[in-house]
Amino acid sequence: MCSLCGILGVENHWTDAVARPGVFSRNDETRSRRLERARRIRLANRVLAAYRLQLGDWQGRAYLLSTATGKTEVIDSLAHLWPAAEQLSGRSFDPLDPDLLSRLTARR
Amino acid sequence: MSGHPGFIPVNLLTGFLGSGKTTLLRRLLQDPSLAGAAVLINEFGEVGLDHHLIERIDETTVLLKAGCVCCTIRGELSEAIRDLHSKRERGLVPCFDRLVIESTGLADPFPILSTVRADPVLSSHFTLGNVVATVDAATAARQTLRRPEWLKQVASADRIVLTKTDIAAPDAVAALSAELLALNPTAEAVDVHGSSWSAAWLMAEDAATGDPLARRPAEEHGEPHGDHDHHPRAGQAPDQNQGHGHHDGHGHGHGHGHGHGHGNRHDPNRHDATIHAFSVTLDRPIDWTGFGIWLTMLLNRHGAKVLRVKGILDLCGEERPVAVHGVQHLVHPPVHMAAWPAGPRQSRLVFIVDGLAEATVRASLETFMALADDMPAGEAAA
Repeated sequence: MCSLCGILGVENHWTDAVARPGVFSRNDETRSRRLERARRIRLANRVLAAYRLQLGDWQGRAYLLSTATGKTEVIDSLAHLWPAAEQLSGRSFDPLDPDLLSRLTARR
Repeated sequence: MSGHPGFIPVNLLTGFLGSGKTTLLRRLLQDPSLAGAAVLINEFGEVGLDHHLIERIDETTVLLKAGCVCCTIRGELSEAIRDLHSKRERGLVPCFDRLVIESTGLADPFPILSTVRADPVLSSHFTLGNVVATVDAATAARQTLRRPEWLKQVASADRIVLTKTDIAAPDAVAALSAELLALNPTAEAVDVHGSSWSAAWLMAEDAATGDPLARRPAEEHGEPHGDHDHHPRAGQAPDQNQGHGHHDGHGHGHGHGHGHGHGNRHDPNRHDATIHAFSVTLDRPIDWTGFGIWLTMLLNRHGAKVLRVKGILDLCGEERPVAVHGVQHLVHPPVHMAAWPAGPRQSRLVFIVDGLAEATVRASLETFMALADDMPAGEAAA
């Protein structure tokens, strides 16, 4: 379910596409799905750290996005991560922002 | 037939007011390859063929919640397609094998495509095929080019059909061809009066499942327009392929090395100078997770300005290339291509953007890819 608008069944995000012939996905078997999910969380956290947000897993089915003060949102996929992050933090998350890119480079 | 077995392909026929959509549709429906196609048009039916299904869709748009563009669903379009599918399953209408949607001349293609992709029922039965746009060669230069809807329609197109070329000045057709190529280098354009195209080629789904850059500009191979394939560039008869004028910003050759690219820019004095296309190449395998995080973040903030993104990815751990296609906020499920196309093995993305700087987009992608590079593939624990 889309946590932002409440519509049911909107889960087939392109980054996590349902495996079917011809479609590239790492959502095709349990191990690769878990590995991809864990890697996604870790990498997203490198970006989110610049905004003092943190992403975690929730039973392998959803994500928990939290602020430093503990305010938390449940999201289903990357499609909802950035709108939810902007909503929680009240800030704009712009990957073209030179300041963000500088901070990401400095953290390497 | 379908790129995804079991799914019914949906083709969108778009184009500005009076650009000849219905005329083209009427012609296409006479072709045997589309004998099994159902048709949805959003104006009162003009193509009354007994064995085809024509329903009317109005322009009602349901905005579920501001900011949740992934779930933008055009309510009555969704209901109309669901109803058609239900009738098909119950045997009340012929078992159509394709759906063609003719949009209004002022429609932005994105909500229509998004409806098919985001609606939980439709996405289980239908898959998006090529977007076909008609462009009126006789009036485009002086009228419709100034309309943002026109630009979005052309930028979203996989195939462009130039209409009314028989009453347009050859010079104007050639100039328009160059304009279209600059605006959307990933689309292939044909003359409606030409013989180099077929209904089956036009209304296919190869743009979403095949090589997304197969129709890249001829200049990148050091060839003049139209000489490299079977389909002449927009509006060009074979004898018009040579020397048809201004190509400022074209013909730079390949961009080599990590993150190099080049643009296909318009005349900067034009009204639409902010809309331009450019490509970015990456010479080493890239991380899928990092790419997904970057593109979702980019589209969340700038999706309305990313009119189109298409590309081939050389992903870490994958032997075969992966094709990605996106229109504004909508990205198709990525597909595995059968093999690498000729040329160097590299990731290559073509962007058609409105007001975004090429250097900024490239720098951002490089930064995110470098961030992912710092995290080895086996390092997954949070």
